[in-house]
Amino acid sequence: MRSKTNVGTGIGFALILVWCLLPVVWIISLSFKSVDETAAGSPQFLPKDPTLQNYREILTNADFLAALRNSFGIALIATGLAVVFATLAAYAIARLEFRGKRLVLSMALAIAMFPVVSLVGPLFDMWRTLSLFNTWPGLIIPYMTFTLPLAIWTLSAFFREIPWELEQAAQVDGATSWQAFRKVIVPLAAPGVFTAAILTFFFAWNEFVLAISLTSTTSSRTVPAQLSYFVGPDPFNPPYGQLATASVVVTLPIIVIVLLFQRKIVAGLTSGAVKG
Amino acid sequence: MTTTTPAPDTKETKPKTKSKGRPVESDRTKAENRLGLKLVAPAVVFMLLVTAYPMLQALYLSLFRYRLTAPDDREFVGADNYLTVLSDSLFWQDTWNTILIMVVTVGVELVIGFGFAMVMHRIIFARGAMRTAILIPYGIITVVSAFAWQFAFSLNNGFVNGWLPFFEDNFNWFGGHWPAMFAIMVSEIWKTTPFMSLLLLAGLSQISEDMLEAAKVDGATWWQRLWKVILPNMRAAIMVAVLFRALDAYRIFDNVFVMTKGAQDTESVSLITYRQVIEQLQLGLGSALSVLLFLSVLVLAYGIVKVFKVDLAQARGEG
Repeated sequence: MRSKTNVGTGIGFALILVWCLLPVVWIISLSFKSVDETAAGSPQFLPKDPTLQNYREILTNADFLAALRNSFGIALIATGLAVVFATLAAYAIARLEFRGKRLVLSMALAIAMFPVVSLVGPLFDMWRTLSLFNTWPGLIIPYMTFTLPLAIWTLSAFFREIPWELEQAAQVDGATSWQAFRKVIVPLAAPGVFTAAILTFFFAWNEFVLAISLTSTTSSRTVPAQLSYFVGPDPFNPPYGQLATASVVVTLPIIVIVLLFQRKIVAGLTSGAVKG
Repeated sequence: MTTTTPAPDTKETKPKTKSKGRPVESDRTKAENRLGLKLVAPAVVFMLLVTAYPMLQALYLSLFRYRLTAPDDREFVGADNYLTVLSDSLFWQDTWNTILIMVVTVGVELVIGFGFAMVMHRIIFARGAMRTAILIPYGIITVVSAFAWQFAFSLNNGFVNGWLPFFEDNFNWFGGHWPAMFAIMVSEIWKTTPFMSLLLLAGLSQISEDMLEAAKVDGATWWQRLWKVILPNMRAAIMVAVLFRALDAYRIFDNVFVMTKGAQDTESVSLITYRQVIEQLQLGLGSALSVLLFLSVLVLAYGIVKVFKVDLAQARGEG
């Protein structure tokens, strides 16, 4: 019985690996196919004649590099701001009794389910009036806002696990609520904050709808939006190799983050989610 | 300070303070109230400014004929925009596509995700490798996933035709409605199943082994244990997963935009809204679409919560 389930688990494990990694291996393989090869049609999985030509072109493509810079800048700033605001709010929610707490939670929940596309029109209009259209803050502000709910949940779940006696001890020793928060809780909460930051970063790095709607030039266009502009005049015959190469380049940071912090990310994704 | 020290103790017995039995407010309570509001204020202000205000703006604009290319032509038309949208067959085609994508992807993801969760729950080796693999589709950019699958299904450069039996090598996946929808769904399912499986895993790990052992001793088969013990006890986790994924799937945009741009009648509701606003600059009509999209998500969320009796606050640990 035992060994039978172990075999089943082993097969399941192999299937999951194939499922998760096949498309990734596919774009990596595609990124080594030359322009000539894809133009002639190359339905086999692996490249016939692997070449670094695509990488040389993509890594010297000014538009792509600008998009990469925008993506990193916008995602990092949005993450930083979202985490600061979410930490404050989550502390209050996990720790303090105050009127309107349920309201804040319901609002965060509603925003997590909000269809981003329905904001595209009004935001487009507002951002033009406020001169935020096609600027970094024009994307940072909505990214930060849309990641606040996830960050608040993740963080309040972490905050509930913190040994609060320490905070009380600090308060007995004469610390104010604020000091107890800053000197005792913040260091304890740092791992949770870090996890929330990773999830927020993923969102901002991934976001596409606002990125194509609220930008118009490479001065603020992020990578997902830029990728969609690589497509040539014929949408059914795009520059396969270059798109695959650009895809590989922007997936690398994700893979590195996942490799380093997989345990934390899983904890963060599931901690706030189910506690029945 | 001595008068305030008892206050933290009342917080330890959380259910008590919840039950509205708040007596006279002490200075401490008032201070806590103020601090709480101050701490949530920045987050709340941003959430209101970026979502509530523009949504009201959309509601207002949706009552006008307003195209950015002819701003002076702005005119109050009442519910005309809504009538135009609701009597348009394209809108209903797109709504149907979106619902179909939502139902099929969430259904398939539930089954595959549950399988993944079972494996992750049981596995005793290579847990790190497993988590890493599972998180890659979750973390990958949706646009990249859409490209990867578009190329995989591509006529000249895709491997899918060569690998699948019963399909001609020159079968064009993007040449017809159903194959194109299938390709879109595959990319959506690939990307989001890991998230589903992690939520289900969280529910699975809360089922006590004792209960399963007891069922086994009583002679329950594997199938009976699954349906009578495991699934009922995971109800909260399953419902939260369904709710979040369904609402997410209803907003599908990236995959459709990249893979077909709505060709072969594969357009989604989000895509038609985007096209009206950004490509046609029809702010009035587009706003009506935005409001309708928002309302349908609201109805959907309400429906799922009511039908399945999901207590989100409780499920999220806020209860």
